[in-house]
Amino acid sequence: MALAAGAALLFAFLPSTGMAKTIKIGAILAESGPAGFLGQPEAKTLRMLVAQTNARGGVAGYKVELLLKDSAGKKEQAVSLARQLIEEDKVFAIIGPTRSGSTMAIKNIAEQAKTILISCASTKAIVDPVAKYVFKTPQNDSLAARMILQEMKKEGITKIAVVVGGTGFGKMGKMFVNKLAPEYGISVLMNETYSPRATDLSPLVTKMMANKDIQGVVNWSIVPAQTILAKNMRQQKWNVPLFLSHGFGNIKYVQAGGAAMEGIKFPADRLLIADSLPASNPQRAVLVKYKHDYESKYHEPVSTFGGHAYDAFKILCKAIAKAGGPDTEKVRTAIENMTFIGTGGIFHFSPTDHSGLKIDAFDMMVVKNGKFTKF
Amino acid sequence: MSLQLFTQYLFSGITYGILYAIVAIGFNIIYNTTGIINFAQGEFVMLGGMCAISLHEYMPLPAAILLAVIITGIIGGLIEIIFIRWLDSPSVLRMIIITIGLSILIREAALFVWGESVRSLPYFNGDAVTSVQIFGANISPQVLWVIGVCSVIVVGLSLFFQFTYAGREMRACAANRTAATLCGINTRSKITWSFMLSAGIGAVAGCVMSPITYTQYDIGPGLAIKGFTVVILGGLGNSMAAVAAGLLLGIVESFSIIVVPMAYQEVISIAILLIVLFVRPHGLFGSSETACLQDF
Repeated sequence: MALAAGAALLFAFLPSTGMAKTIKIGAILAESGPAGFLGQPEAKTLRMLVAQTNARGGVAGYKVELLLKDSAGKKEQAVSLARQLIEEDKVFAIIGPTRSGSTMAIKNIAEQAKTILISCASTKAIVDPVAKYVFKTPQNDSLAARMILQEMKKEGITKIAVVVGGTGFGKMGKMFVNKLAPEYGISVLMNETYSPRATDLSPLVTKMMANKDIQGVVNWSIVPAQTILAKNMRQQKWNVPLFLSHGFGNIKYVQAGGAAMEGIKFPADRLLIADSLPASNPQRAVLVKYKHDYESKYHEPVSTFGGHAYDAFKILCKAIAKAGGPDTEKVRTAIENMTFIGTGGIFHFSPTDHSGLKIDAFDMMVVKNGKFTKF
Repeated sequence: MSLQLFTQYLFSGITYGILYAIVAIGFNIIYNTTGIINFAQGEFVMLGGMCAISLHEYMPLPAAILLAVIITGIIGGLIEIIFIRWLDSPSVLRMIIITIGLSILIREAALFVWGESVRSLPYFNGDAVTSVQIFGANISPQVLWVIGVCSVIVVGLSLFFQFTYAGREMRACAANRTAATLCGINTRSKITWSFMLSAGIGAVAGCVMSPITYTQYDIGPGLAIKGFTVVILGGLGNSMAAVAAGLLLGIVESFSIIVVPMAYQEVISIAILLIVLFVRPHGLFGSSETACLQDF
């Protein structure tokens, strides 16, 4: 009895040794591994935002403590990190994972533990069917597929090949493009998946070239190999239009692919073209501030992926502020009733829509002189 | 299939085949002088590419590549001196574990030095979109560089082993180390040389391939598996057979895409490895009698 009282006393004193009050926020991001071009800007963004938030006195009177874990882009790693964060660290909420496959792997873990999860991965399956505690900030991949198909239809392309990287993201992209293509009068003549570690895709290009009917190619991927396909196509002088997914929104991919990336079109949010937006655009202020904060701190161009982490963190903070503290149910309800102007678009969450973005969140981009510009 | 498509498939097959062959020759050189399989062979390819990319920031491309090859060769030699030399007739299993450990060590060191990011050397001629026409097929000039440079290595090595004194001494070590020592050959230094040589040619391959395949800290194990498949396919210790086996594997992989989806390309080489290990463990070109006398 005395021992228990002693222990209780000890615990009562523990928090006072640190900050007054803290909220622990976990993050599972693929900082290393094949999705590093996505996870790194996300991690950098979170570190920057946490520092900014705490410098301003935290959120609702609480300091934010960030527990950032590297999943190396692996599903199994994401699962054990999620358990660790929830069961041992007892975090209030989790931001991430970076990748669709990893998010799907921990969706139920978060749901059962009643821990709020705001994913930075894009596949629609994360929020469809809706899980009470699971949200996501990137635009649905089905919207990106529609965007690409819409553009193809406009250009008169009716027969296409779909090539995807062998990841959860790629698999979902393949499914949506195939499912939605008939709505736009487009038929998919060939489906191919390449290894996320592929180093050369020229035989694949040759195979597609042999089919003279193909008028356009969709390459849906997040791994560096997506630039290799473009290179191999241009080397073999196969000049059909190539469309990439929103998994291409990091300028480093353009640098990796060099001249071969010119003229490639892909859907992305407006962060990439923040500075050229008209002053009347409601997102402009948010985008420009984030872009300049990030670029002046890290001396590298901003990417849409960092933007997803930005949105996730800001949405969480806004909801905590509204709820007045880390009360899971109140925060969850606050997110479900929130309208938020973020980098990925203007979010309108509801109890049935945990993604909150519509197709207007996207613009079609094109690579011009090694830069992203609006198409 | 039109001639254009055939040529296109053939060239991408040869490009990869000859790279596998170079890795396999690296395995064989060390196997022949020491009787061990060096599973860190793929890491030499990575080191060559990575060093050249870093050095290229300070010097022109040929100098960077030359220096990268020398550095990788020295690293290979040091590995032998530090980790292998003092072992007195180690068991096969122990050597496998040591070399796998070394490959992990080198990879982690590379991760520490160069980080995660994917890098590449610039194309030697033109850029990512340049190509030349051969039989109607469009081939990147870098492919011709790979095929040319690797062929020169293969021919050069076979001349070296046939006609030079040092080469013959190394072959003598392979044939019978005790007898070679009795003839006055310094077998220890020959073993160090074999590590340097195999690291060096791995590095050359790593440099010429870099613009096509990109270089990352962890490309080694994948290459080592392919190289090992080729070694087994050709017959352990036989470098010329490794070239034939390498080309065979590369071309089979490339043409396989006509019938099987791209996603299964990796499966093919592993399947070949398993089939050969079960059916002809002495390789396509080896004899089963010699195989009985080998430790492996």
